[in-house]
Formats: sequence, C-alpha cells, structure tokens
Amino acid sequence: MDTVIEVKNLQKAFGELKILRGVDLKLHKGENIGIVGKSGSGKSVLTKCIVRLIEPDAGEVYISGKDILNMGDNELTAIRKKVGYLFQGGALYDSMNVRENLEFPIRRTQFVGHHSEVENMVVEALENVGLLSAIGKMPAELSVGMRKRIGLARAIILKPEIIFYDEPTSGLDRVTAGEISDLIVEIQEKYQTASIIITHDLKCAKEATNRIKLLKDGLFCAEGTFDELSHSDDKEIRDYLT
Amino acid sequence: MLKPKKIRIEKPEIDYSSWFIDLGELTIFTQKVLKQFFRPPFENRELIKQGYYIGYKTLPLISITGFIMGLVLTMQIRPILVDFGATSQLPGLIAVAIVREIGPVITGLICAGKISSGIAAEIGAMKVSEQIDAMEVSGTKPLGFVVATRVLATTLLVPLLVIVSNTFGLLGSFIALNMSEIFTVTNFINSAFDTIHFSDIIPATIKTIFFGFFIGLIGSYKGYQASQSTEAVGLAANVAVVTASLNIFVIDLLAVLVTKFFVSY
Repeated sequence: MDTVIEVKNLQKAFGELKILRGVDLKLHKGENIGIVGKSGSGKSVLTKCIVRLIEPDAGEVYISGKDILNMGDNELTAIRKKVGYLFQGGALYDSMNVRENLEFPIRRTQFVGHHSEVENMVVEALENVGLLSAIGKMPAELSVGMRKRIGLARAIILKPEIIFYDEPTSGLDRVTAGEISDLIVEIQEKYQTASIIITHDLKCAKEATNRIKLLKDGLFCAEGTFDELSHSDDKEIRDYLT
Repeated sequence: MLKPKKIRIEKPEIDYSSWFIDLGELTIFTQKVLKQFFRPPFENRELIKQGYYIGYKTLPLISITGFIMGLVLTMQIRPILVDFGATSQLPGLIAVAIVREIGPVITGLICAGKISSGIAAEIGAMKVSEQIDAMEVSGTKPLGFVVATRVLATTLLVPLLVIVSNTFGLLGSFIALNMSEIFTVTNFINSAFDTIHFSDIIPATIKTIFFGFFIGLIGSYKGYQASQSTEAVGLAANVAVVTASLNIFVIDLLAVLVTKFFVSY
C-alpha cells in the first residue's frame, strides 16, 4: 500500500509541558485513521504539526514522500494543495459568503480560466455535502452543523489526497453527527482520499475509520480496528471505546 | 497597648525584558509585512475592500470631529485675539494649528481608536476561530492577504482622512468666525492660505503616512499575537489602541524635531 503520510518520532512541547513525546504514524492511500485520546492529549497538535501549522521541536514528517519540515514556502504551498483540513468550528471566513469561502482556495491555488469552471467546482462540492441552497448565505446565518458541512465542502473542493478532520462531529446532535460520519465515508469512497480523523464520537470512530490509534501521555499506546480495541484485554483501552 | 502593624509594601516587579522581546518581535513582524508589499500575488481586491472599510467608513466620524475641532478652537481663541485687535490673523492662526498639528494628531488618535482596535479585534477573532490557520492550509499567506492589505490601506488612507479632517476643521472655523463677525469666504481662504507654506504641509503629510502605517501595523501585530481565547481578543484591541496612540505622539515628536532640523519656521 502507498504511504501518503509518514511521521517519525515527532516531539512537541509548550514550555515545560511535553505534548508529543515521539509519535510515529503511517497513513496509507485510501485509508481513514481515527485518533482518539483524552482532551489535551495532543491530537490537534499532532495534525497541526503534520501540516506545519505548528512547528514541531523534533522528528520527521513526510507527505507523499517529501520531507515537509525541511522545505521552503513555495514547496510547502504546493504540498498543502494536496491537503484538506476540516477545523473544529468549520473556520469559515466571516467576511465572505459560502460561495466566496469555497472559491477562495480555488482562486488562491489554481489557475482557473473560466468562471464557469470555478462555479462547477463550487456546486459539486456543495452538492456533495447537500447544502447547495446555502450558496449565497453568510457564515453567521448558518447553524453549527451547516458550518461544518460547508467547512467540509471547502476542504474537499480541490479534491485533496489527504483530509484532516478535527472533531468533525463535536457539538452536533446525533442525527447531524451521523450525517457527517456518512459524508466522511462517502468522500473516502468517491475520491479515494486518505484521512486522519480526530474524534471523541465513538459512532464516528466506528463508522468512518479503518484503524484507530489511541494517544496517551504524548505517545500512541494502542492501535487496531474499533472492534479489536473495544474488546482489548486492557481495561483502560476498552474504557475509551465503550 | 497594641503596636501598629508594619505593612511592607513591595515594589511591583516590572519585566523590562518582555518589553524588549515584544519590540524585537514587532520588528521581525514589520520586516515580514514589508516584504509582502512587494511579493506577488498582490491582493488588489482585498486592498480595495479594506480601503472601503477603513477609509470610507471612517469618513463621517473624521469629518464631524474635524468640524467641531475647528469650531471650538476658533471660539476659544477669538476672545484672546480680540483683546489685541488681531482677529484678522485668526484664520491664519487656526489654519497653521490645524494643518501642522491638531488635524493630524486628532485624526491619528481617532483612527488609532477606531481602526487599530478594529483590526486587532478582527485578526484576533480570526485566530481564535482558526480562520488564519484555514487560510494557511489552503496555500494562502495570511501575512499577505490579511495583514499587508490592512497596513497598506491605513498607510494610504490615513493621510487622506487627515486632509478631509483639516478641510472640515477650516469649515468649522469659518462658521465660528461668522457667528461673531462677518468674514467672507474669499477673505477667510486668503488669510488662511497666506499663512500656510509648503514647509507646513509636506512634513505634516509625511508624518500622517507614518501614522497610518503604524496604526495598521500595531493593530495587525496585536491581533496576530492574541492567544486563542475571546478574552485575548478584547485585550489585543485594547493594547492596540494604547500602543498606536502612544506611537502617534512619539512619531509626532520625532517629526517636529526632524522638521525643525531641516526647516526654520
């Protein structure tokens, strides 16, 4: 299987507080990995270190075989075109409507000749998340669930090879959370994306991931499918997933 | 008998090192922003948008304060000049005061209050809601798109706002003068502009360019430095106003010293 992300011995501390103590991770093409762990265990820090939103203290990160910690701005921008990121709150740009939010990454990273081409990409992304009707709305007019779905549409609009989902179902009711989980699976099947999903939602972890890694004290302490981990001999591991 | 208890007042420790660290970080931030001014892609659409918010939306406030400033100044000074029989000198006196000093400084302070705090709060909120991160992940440099556009907009527009404010200040002065005596528009303009020289206008305009630059820069820097909490956003806006206002006085002082060095009034 092709490896799209490889993380070796990643370390990050904030002052005296060591968050990541040497994390190793491999993500294969078309695979969804779930990362679970207590709040503050460093799950978001890990994904942000992988895309270099946070500079790690030590370690190596390879995306599509390229060492992203030792590359210049232009190369990093090129690599980031392959990456989509769904932030916890959607992170929609307040001053832009839904259409402009979705057009933003296209216009910034691709040379698109015709306006119709951009329009088609926006419509396709919104249809994928079932929110075409919200195209002219401002983020303030959308519910939390809608913002996450629009955030997801923006994350997939450039058809990235890798998508990071940071708590995709947090703060949502069970029905909407289920819809988001289904969307993640649909996107994986449709575009053959590889994803890292940070979640506390067991239903999402069960339905949307192929493998789960448990982050504890700055290290991965367990790995396996949802069923394997939920039937683990270790009570602590079982507690996370039941 | 009870002895009075001795209360030991400890001097609060002032951490000067953090002040120098902050200054160093601001210098690095300034360098990065200046680089973005000359590095494509040039964000013209965003610059126009920011120009609209920063310039056009501040225009009413600047006009009203400029008008009142001229009106009040004339009403306060006129009685003194009446005693000396020198009311004919009033338009010139007011014009020099407004153009050289009061117009730029008052407008600068208003812009520091309105624009710098607005920029700090907006960028701080963008950081809290991860919009800055989202921009970076989508291959856009926030320093170019968010910061450089705002700093450039304030640098270009604060001088224009000062000109508008000065114009309204002179209008206010003309009206105040006509409340007590008849002064024709031609007389007022002749008297005012006879007193103002290029050596008044050029240094005053140059310093407003610096006012504008620092108003945008400090607002952006404080917003960018805000930690990820809503409390920090409010604090960033507050500190931006204080720092930008203080900077206006420092730049004004430096401008006066430099002008005095080159030009003898």
